[in-house]
Amino acid sequence: MTPPRLQAQGLAFSYTPDSPQVLDPLDLDLQPGSFVGLLGPNGSGKSTLLKLLAGVLRPVQGRVHLGGEDMSRIPRGRLASTLAFVPQDVQVWLPFTCREVVAMGRYVHRSGLGLLDSGHDEVVRRCMADTGVADLAERRITEVSGGEAQRVRIAQALAQEAGILVLDEPTSHLDISFQVEVMDLLSRLNRTRGLTILAALHDLNLASLYCDRLIALRQGHVLRDGPPAEVLEPTLLQDLFGVQVEVQSGPGRRPRIFLVPTEDRKA
Amino acid sequence: MRRASLAVRLTLACTGGMALLTVAALVGMLVGSVPITPGDLWLAWSDPDRLDPATATILLDLRLPRVLLGILVGASLALAGSGFQGILRNPLADPYIVGTSAGAALGASLAIVLHLPSPLPWLSPVPALAFLGALGAMMAVYRLARIGNTLPVETFLLAGVVVGSFAGAMVSFLMTLAHEDLPRVVFWLMGSLGQADASRVALVAPYLLIGGVALYLLSPALNLASMGDEAAWSLGVDVERLKIRVILAGSLVTAAAVSASGLIGFLGLLVPHLTRMLVGPDHRVLMPASALGGAAFLVLADTVARTVGAPQEIPVGVVTAMVGAPFFFWLLHHRKGLS
Repeated sequence: MTPPRLQAQGLAFSYTPDSPQVLDPLDLDLQPGSFVGLLGPNGSGKSTLLKLLAGVLRPVQGRVHLGGEDMSRIPRGRLASTLAFVPQDVQVWLPFTCREVVAMGRYVHRSGLGLLDSGHDEVVRRCMADTGVADLAERRITEVSGGEAQRVRIAQALAQEAGILVLDEPTSHLDISFQVEVMDLLSRLNRTRGLTILAALHDLNLASLYCDRLIALRQGHVLRDGPPAEVLEPTLLQDLFGVQVEVQSGPGRRPRIFLVPTEDRKA
Repeated sequence: MRRASLAVRLTLACTGGMALLTVAALVGMLVGSVPITPGDLWLAWSDPDRLDPATATILLDLRLPRVLLGILVGASLALAGSGFQGILRNPLADPYIVGTSAGAALGASLAIVLHLPSPLPWLSPVPALAFLGALGAMMAVYRLARIGNTLPVETFLLAGVVVGSFAGAMVSFLMTLAHEDLPRVVFWLMGSLGQADASRVALVAPYLLIGGVALYLLSPALNLASMGDEAAWSLGVDVERLKIRVILAGSLVTAAAVSASGLIGFLGLLVPHLTRMLVGPDHRVLMPASALGGAAFLVLADTVARTVGAPQEIPVGVVTAMVGAPFFFWLLHHRKGLS
């Protein structure tokens, strides 16, 4: 089953009527089955854009369309079974077990009123295995490390069995092995199950290695949008982050980004 | 260790809670300034005509309504506390956090000090005005806290404090005018089941039934609300609608409980925490278990309140706080945290 197409037209947003706009009118079209990375410095509007596309925030202007349908008209339940969103830094204040947290992803698929769904089902087990948190099933979410909690949260989103996965910095709390593991998992879901994946990423090399399209966002507007080789080039990155980098690339190779140390810059 | 399935945990929690409540109710019927034997209690059940009339009056007219009201009020406060803690994601939330207590206190003080007549024909003036005051305060808090279509948790808590402070000041002002009615106001503020009768039982019962069922049905969504508004929303819960429903259901049961019994403190904060320590955070188990636990706790506290200083009665709110606070502190210290 191909996920529906996610499109945005003239999307603009500000948090209060008199505060400056976080996003300029912005258009975006996410093809079903694409793996898209969203790049940009802190405060560039990445999280806001993701929340608008996930339907968590409502645009001040413009529309988000999901499969041609205005997202604001789609009922919560149907939306959550089509699109799953992993926000940044979720704090669970009650000591649920990791299994219970992942099982919450099954809420949209609950049987009856959901009063007896226990989380001991096959989907929950598989999602926990896929994200490497099967061993944490009976541990409390309040007692696991930040990286473990992040993977539990991704497992929860997978349990929604949605065709579109939107993630806000999914690798931010993870050490390098789990960063690779999470990106491998997303890539596998993208290739084998045709999931559309949109993730805000800070690590340019991970973005380059895994995504087939990158969107560079600065101060609420799209600076560049295209395949990694077109976006990850030194002048654009200097412009975007104000940092000098070297990019190694060649035909058929994904670009690799190296930071130029401060003392070498004058030379 | 693999945790037992939800159905097993629910059955265990409810069976345990029912057993505890049964014991509490028996104690509440048998213990008091006039001790009653289990034989008398059995006789009241099987063959009331053979019972000595004085004993029959104590059992059926005095203790039975008190035990029943204690069950209803205790369950109401514990349910509302569980719901408010869950939706506000705040371990300090209690049933009174939405200003219902202060609103009820204002209504009751008005009735007592100004000798106002009852606006509700089926209720006497104090519970009737207390009930209306509680609902009025809840609506004021809701209107103050609402921003557009959302009800931000912080704004809601602040609005509760604002309305609570205002109503509290009005109560203090009325108390300065009260003269000979002052002890009645003070006693009402401390909470008591002493006025228990059929009409008060009938006042609380329907709200507990409706509000309790509503809160139980909302419990799967309440679990998701513990992840925060954004995460719960993206998991498929209409968070804003959930907030309104939980607050409405919780406020209705609290308003009815408070108007029947005055301000019984600490129970609505303590019982949800205690129950969560025993049965875990899943609201689908927590809701029924804390209702049973709150009922048992209040019946036992009321038995203490009317027995230790007999014939003088201690307000039951004093007992719940005096017993509950140190116990809760010990438990927190022992367990090193609310979880």
